[in-house]
Amino acid sequence: MIGPRFVLRMAWRESRSGRRRLWLLTGAITAGVAALVAINSFTQNLRTSVAEQAKALLGADLSITSRQKFSPRIDALIDSLIAPDPATQRPAGRRALEVTFPAMAYVPRTSGVRLVQVRAVEGGYPFYGAITTLPAGQWQSLTTTDGALVDPALLSALGAQVGDTLALGDARFPILGTVLNVPGDVGVATAFGPRVYVPARTLPATGLLRFGSRAGYAAYVRLAPGVPAQPIREKYRQALRQERAGIRTVEDDREDLTDALTRLGNYLGLVALIALLLGGLGVASAVHVFIKRKLDTIAVLRCLGATSREVFAVYLLQALVMGGIGSGIGAIVGVGLQQMLPVLFQGFLPVDVHVVPSPRAILLGMGLGLWVAGMFAALPLLAVRRISPLMTLRRDVEPSRGRRDAVDWISLLLLAGSVVALSVIQVGALVDGAVFSTGIGFALLFLWLAARGLISGLRRWFPHRLPYLWRQGLANLYRPANQTVTVVLALGFGAFLLATLFLVQHNLLRQFRPGGNGTRPNLMFFDIQPDQRAGVGEVLASSALSGTPLVPIVTMRITSIRGVPVPLAPPPDTTAADSGARGGRRARSAGPAGWALRREYRSTYRDTLTATEKLVQGAWWGPGVARPAPGQPALVSLDSDIASELAVKLGDEIVWNVGGAEVRSRVANLREIDWSRFDTNFFAVFQTGVLESAPQMFVTLVRADSATVRGKVQRSMAERYPNVTAIDLSQVQEAIEGILNRGALIVRFLALFSLVTGAIVLVGAVSASRLSRIREGVLLKTLGATRAQVLRILIAEYTALGVLAALASVFLASAAGWALAKWLFKQPFSLPALQLGGLTLLLLALTLSVGLWNSAEILKRAPLAVLREE
Amino acid sequence: MLRCQSLTQTYVSGGRPLTVLNDITFALERGGFLAIVGPSGSGKTTLLGLLAGLDRPASGTIELDGNDLGSLTEDQRARLRSEKVGFVFQSFQLIPTLTARENVQVPLELRGEPAHDRAQQLLDRVGLGDRADHYPAQLSGGEQQRVALARAFSIKPQILFADEPTGNLDAATGATIITLMEELNRELGTTLVLVTHDHDLAARARRTIRLSDGRIVEDSAA
Repeated sequence: MIGPRFVLRMAWRESRSGRRRLWLLTGAITAGVAALVAINSFTQNLRTSVAEQAKALLGADLSITSRQKFSPRIDALIDSLIAPDPATQRPAGRRALEVTFPAMAYVPRTSGVRLVQVRAVEGGYPFYGAITTLPAGQWQSLTTTDGALVDPALLSALGAQVGDTLALGDARFPILGTVLNVPGDVGVATAFGPRVYVPARTLPATGLLRFGSRAGYAAYVRLAPGVPAQPIREKYRQALRQERAGIRTVEDDREDLTDALTRLGNYLGLVALIALLLGGLGVASAVHVFIKRKLDTIAVLRCLGATSREVFAVYLLQALVMGGIGSGIGAIVGVGLQQMLPVLFQGFLPVDVHVVPSPRAILLGMGLGLWVAGMFAALPLLAVRRISPLMTLRRDVEPSRGRRDAVDWISLLLLAGSVVALSVIQVGALVDGAVFSTGIGFALLFLWLAARGLISGLRRWFPHRLPYLWRQGLANLYRPANQTVTVVLALGFGAFLLATLFLVQHNLLRQFRPGGNGTRPNLMFFDIQPDQRAGVGEVLASSALSGTPLVPIVTMRITSIRGVPVPLAPPPDTTAADSGARGGRRARSAGPAGWALRREYRSTYRDTLTATEKLVQGAWWGPGVARPAPGQPALVSLDSDIASELAVKLGDEIVWNVGGAEVRSRVANLREIDWSRFDTNFFAVFQTGVLESAPQMFVTLVRADSATVRGKVQRSMAERYPNVTAIDLSQVQEAIEGILNRGALIVRFLALFSLVTGAIVLVGAVSASRLSRIREGVLLKTLGATRAQVLRILIAEYTALGVLAALASVFLASAAGWALAKWLFKQPFSLPALQLGGLTLLLLALTLSVGLWNSAEILKRAPLAVLREE
Repeated sequence: MLRCQSLTQTYVSGGRPLTVLNDITFALERGGFLAIVGPSGSGKTTLLGLLAGLDRPASGTIELDGNDLGSLTEDQRARLRSEKVGFVFQSFQLIPTLTARENVQVPLELRGEPAHDRAQQLLDRVGLGDRADHYPAQLSGGEQQRVALARAFSIKPQILFADEPTGNLDAATGATIITLMEELNRELGTTLVLVTHDHDLAARARRTIRLSDGRIVEDSAA
């Protein structure tokens, strides 16, 4: 058997001349590996940081949370948890309470007002970790001073500074400083409501915690040293649920956060993986061209007695080595990029990330790079089997184009399988990986069809009437060894990613923009108490505004459905996910029915349908049905989704607990609600004449075009009725835009690597035909063409290529964006033509500049010099 | 050494089958020197390709040093070539990316044999010892063909096939190449089969087969 030494030696020698071309193969792999290593290594850092800082995330050993004031039983439980045990000489633990609620805050000295998230704290929270403030050390002074610590964002929103007085309800607080870092908090969340920390003892003075206030209560418990938290959680979870409270431990937080961050990292890694796969396409096309160039050499080797397997091995080895170098460089670049990621992720992470290169991520990235290089190189390399030694005698013997044989098909299958496997490995989930790779497959198929279509379309309907220079340029697109398909695939896919991302972002944001007719409300006041109704109207009128009729809100819970009482706690086997102050979403995932059964409903009563809802089942009660007949249940209308979660149908009886009193109701009809509109929408709407005397609050909506007017009316409302909170749609919109833009930035950053890979593939494609292009260019010059004419031919070619790649990718992105809007986000879709046009131009500019830059030599060469080289 | 029986080769050209070789039968003894001559298109090169196992005949059999080429796979034929067959081409067919010495080394390395010293000796033998590290592009046509010759003889082949070995060379250079081939033929006992246009060259062979329209029209041994 011929030793591998021959293969090694030939691979080395053979690479000497082709290295320039082989470097492109290296470059194609580099960008993808760099992106993968950066994101995966960073994800690893996140996990490590969460594990290290787990205790600080919660700030305590365990927390007990509720949406209502703790019952005496809960208070007693907490007392027992921290009580010292003389028998075992266990010392006392500690407890800190926190009440959280939204409120309006303003600084009397300045003009603004802002909806804030008040956090009233006590008793030395946090027990673990530290809240950093500016000036430093102000956190501790909260225990002695009745002041406030606020988010820096609030100061800039109110035009205030440290030392100013902050008005919160009826109380006034000196602003002691700003909070810079709170362990476990995600920075961007403050965009919806900056945090204001005040001592819990000042709460009564604010007068804000009234009936109906949406407050969250939490007790943070530090157990005595050596007392494990987990058994306590297991022991009391059921009991606490009876009291509508949840319990969490450090371990819960750590697990949830690790899961969430790992998932985030894995999915972002998929975007990076795309860059690597596009690099694979670049490798395949580079190898394809390379082999065509090496036909003579391969024929000679075959003639001299090398087997096809040996020849295959020689070139595969070259590809692997170059791919390996590319992976190595990519890993180094990736480690560099990793240092930048914390900046991109700023505000999204609840932990301080300590950035260190992760050996596992580096090895994985390099391994994937090598795998992709090998698999994508192997496919075109199989063609060496068909190169006949006869070519040494006859130049006209073409490598038989013969039908693909079993080996080809198996390799193709292996390649497809590899893509699926890579995706599955990256995302860590079988189905998601498979779906993702199928999606990639479809997108590539479409781009491939577009490129093939262009080539055969040009061939069939060649625009013979065009001036010669354009014809020559277009003809270049289907010249022998053209790379049209590869370039369209690689550039087009990068652009497709960016365009899809942009479309999704655009359409998500669009729904928060005020309607075009300018009459829809953009300001909402709620928590209006019955005795404030007239006053609120006066405040609005003083700003020449008028609100919609006041909408009453009555809070209630379900007691029984069809006579079956609703259990306070779910059956033990479905308690995997606990609910709590931040547990609404968690509980939903545990069991929708349970979530719908136990939640607090904020319902209203009226006799008309609103513009944002549509009757889908049953009949609406007309204005005539003022009140239920004596002894009959009240008519109630449910949101159709919640009805199916509750598993109720028309005619079913639901008994509600409204402020301690039982209200019987019968489901009269179902509505479909457009929740995306800025409006008051309710799961349950009662007929009039039932809830009028129940404890209730009111909401009103206002339209105010001028931001100044909106600011002023909110301020006067806050001064007169501090308990009335306002939501300014434009602020919500700003917050959402800010968060979406920041999130999109991260994805866009990673998607950029696909475009970089596309550009590298383009460079490869241009240099693949470099020699024949130079010869042609020089020949044209010899025949009398000016440099400008040669340049115009090149421009024609790259313009056509760029336009095709851009149009194909924009079209594909529009289809993908539309599908996502329709099925995932369930929203109407709009196409931002202007911006997509901009993207098209951008891609065109990229293609032209890369193409022309690589063709500079053609323009520079003097005719004679090249002819001599022949 | 070489025996072919009823050799026929057809190609499809312009949609019609074209018979390039028709019923070729001959045998060549070990150490012989055969020149295949004939006008362009008479099938010379096709015959050479078949004899060397670079292609398969449409029908007929070829036996090379006792091996029936028809029964061997492509890779088995490659292995046979690496052991017993040398080649010289009209267009030299040196691998442009390898130096002269490396070109000579390739066949030896394919057999897993030490190559460096032997390649140097062969280059010395053809008078190019001092050009061993030059690339083909840095050598003249005659020098390239001498390297090709050194490569062909590096494995001490049982048989050497040469396709118009002097076709791209001037008369004087061509003569030195042929002289070299004859010397090596004598020294190593290598069987020579060459295809040529060149009457002077053909005259130096011990046997001549003339082809016309794919048939043997004259065989000096017959």
